[in-house]
Amino acid sequence: MRASFRTGAVVAVAAAALIMTGCAADSGSEGSADDPIELTYWTWAPNMDKVADIWNAEHPEIQVTVNKQDGGDPAITKLLTAIKAGSGAPDLIQAEYQKIPTLVASDAIADISGAGGSDIADEFPDGVWDSVTLGGDAVYAVPQDTGPMMFFYREDLFAQYGLSVPTTWDEYAETARALHAADPSKYLGTFSANDAGWFAGLAQQAHAQWWSIDGEAWGVGIDEEPTQQVAEYWGGLVQEGVIDNKPMYTPEWNAGLNDGSQAGWLGAVWGPGVLSGNAADTAGLWKAAPLPTWDGDVANGNWGGSSTAVTTQSKHAEAAVEFATWLNTDPEAVQALVDEAGIYPAATAAAASVLTEAPEFFSNQPDFYEVAAQAADAVAPFAYGPNVNVAFSAYNDEFAKAAEAKTVDAFLAAVTAMQQVTVDDLESSGFTVAE
Amino acid sequence: MSASTRRRAALVPYAMLAPGIVLFALFMAAPIVYTLVLSFQKEVVKGLGLGSGGKSLQFAGLENYVSAFTDPEFAASVGRVLVYGLILVPTMLGLALLFALLLDARRTGAKGFSRVSIFLPYAVPAVISSLLWGFLYLPAVSPFYWVFEQLGWEVPSLLSPGLVVFAIANIGLWGGVGFNMIVMYTSLKAVPQEIYEAATIDGASEWQIAWRIKIPIIAPALVMTALFSMIATLQVFAEPTTLRPLTNSLSTSWSPLMLVYRDAFTRDDIYSAAATSIIIAIATFAISFFFLRVVQRRAFGQED
Repeated sequence: MRASFRTGAVVAVAAAALIMTGCAADSGSEGSADDPIELTYWTWAPNMDKVADIWNAEHPEIQVTVNKQDGGDPAITKLLTAIKAGSGAPDLIQAEYQKIPTLVASDAIADISGAGGSDIADEFPDGVWDSVTLGGDAVYAVPQDTGPMMFFYREDLFAQYGLSVPTTWDEYAETARALHAADPSKYLGTFSANDAGWFAGLAQQAHAQWWSIDGEAWGVGIDEEPTQQVAEYWGGLVQEGVIDNKPMYTPEWNAGLNDGSQAGWLGAVWGPGVLSGNAADTAGLWKAAPLPTWDGDVANGNWGGSSTAVTTQSKHAEAAVEFATWLNTDPEAVQALVDEAGIYPAATAAAASVLTEAPEFFSNQPDFYEVAAQAADAVAPFAYGPNVNVAFSAYNDEFAKAAEAKTVDAFLAAVTAMQQVTVDDLESSGFTVAE
Repeated sequence: MSASTRRRAALVPYAMLAPGIVLFALFMAAPIVYTLVLSFQKEVVKGLGLGSGGKSLQFAGLENYVSAFTDPEFAASVGRVLVYGLILVPTMLGLALLFALLLDARRTGAKGFSRVSIFLPYAVPAVISSLLWGFLYLPAVSPFYWVFEQLGWEVPSLLSPGLVVFAIANIGLWGGVGFNMIVMYTSLKAVPQEIYEAATIDGASEWQIAWRIKIPIIAPALVMTALFSMIATLQVFAEPTTLRPLTNSLSTSWSPLMLVYRDAFTRDDIYSAAATSIIIAIATFAISFFFLRVVQRRAFGQED
């Protein structure tokens, strides 16, 4: 806020007075049991205070206070406000992967590659690690949980209609046709224009790169072959009418999960929680399988997941990185994350040692977490850009129109429009965009 | 009276006004001024825009206003809201007037009960009523559609693109009739009974009394409710926002305020959102002013 604004000076000055010069993160001063380093941690995952208690008992010199947040979006909005105000930000914050570039662009989270963040790259799958480095040398967060996508289906209905589990997208289409032909009220799934993260995961599986860093410029690759292929495929199924075109997470969709008119769901590893919450009576009827592949090319996408980032206002970056590393890679901490917070850990080895028993809703499938581990391993690299929010809201609007139009052409046009909106927004904000 | 007491007496009204002025300045004037300031700014990014110093604030001149006016989405959202208003305002005021007259008619029974049950929906917050109606609109979970199905009727979903505006107007209607009815009914109650007695002696029927006496007398109340309804129409937000996740028919920029919300909080561009909200505010003032100029003489004419 510069002095060039004479008008509204009162307000401008008052606001400017509130903005203090940002404190650089200095990572000195060792804590001790008598004078511990105090860290605050904003997170919305349930029961994180219990996980932090384990750390606090073992580390009297670094004490972590968990501050429960309402959810991913409000926590980030709050953090950005604190960053603008110059004070009030916590030391650590839970950040969804797609929020990281926005946070970095607002100078809200710190590069922790120097504070020990780079040493743990091997603990995580490449696809996940890319999301916290944005494909560069910096490290902006420690991965916490991931959402490798999986295919959930009603085993009883598959048996009833003599269907086999699809392993490729061609088979998925065949199965969708067979099911819908056998009972026109039933669908194998729905194309949801409400869930941009879901579509991004499907595109990621097809090796789409929606954002990339090209020297000093951002590349946007939404309207390219992989995403077009995915859109064309789904547009085709919706046009045929063998796949539903209504959004997920509506009362209608919940009713469909319960009464079997939605006989399958392309969800992610956290799916059991959604299914048990929305269709508790169908426990034991569902099974999980890997996402169908494009002609046997073993790859997967992520839907959801978050990381632990250190804010630029933290005065104890090193201690914060130490805690974030412990929280997300130490077997005891990861065990607590699974038991208390119910997440699917990003750390490969720790996850394998901890996740042995299938979730209760899938007690009929003892190998649930083996399927999940395969799914997590196969996640293709994918980096988010600085205006994910714009691209995602463009997805909502454009694909809502396409899903309603029910034509392949409309689906392809939606991809083009998404690219256009995303590039226009980057350019009008002043970002350099590679052609 | 000494000079100092007189001075103190002169200060008393200001002291009494102070709380109001301070609150108005803090919570009305300051945000408006700040919005105005924001609307002339923009945030500009250099290169990749990562890390510190990647963003800077600049004076934007009228850029935000120009882009708001040339944005086809803004024009489209205004168009949709006009259609919504054309459906909602006449229906809502017509029903409110009808109910107010019925409640005021001499032979109507169960007045208290009727009044409360017509008014009650107004007490339900718009988000709640939208959720309730949303449930009723979704064919798979709606009892109405279950009945239609039993009867063998093919009823199109109210959430389909062509009908969704009626779905939203219906929620506004359900919530708004009660409030407007109370305003009209209250001004009907203030009409002296002698006027009706005189009319009855002259041989006027209930219908004639309503048409020739009651409606002209409460014209100021009608004007006021029409004005409020028009302003509320321009600001429709909660209903379409709540219904949006249920259907493919509503975009994130369906109404002007949804567009402002999306720009400010989804796209993190409070500057262009500020410009758009200033435009909406000015348009609201202009429409209100124009409307009052047109109807004022007719509505309040007799009083001069």
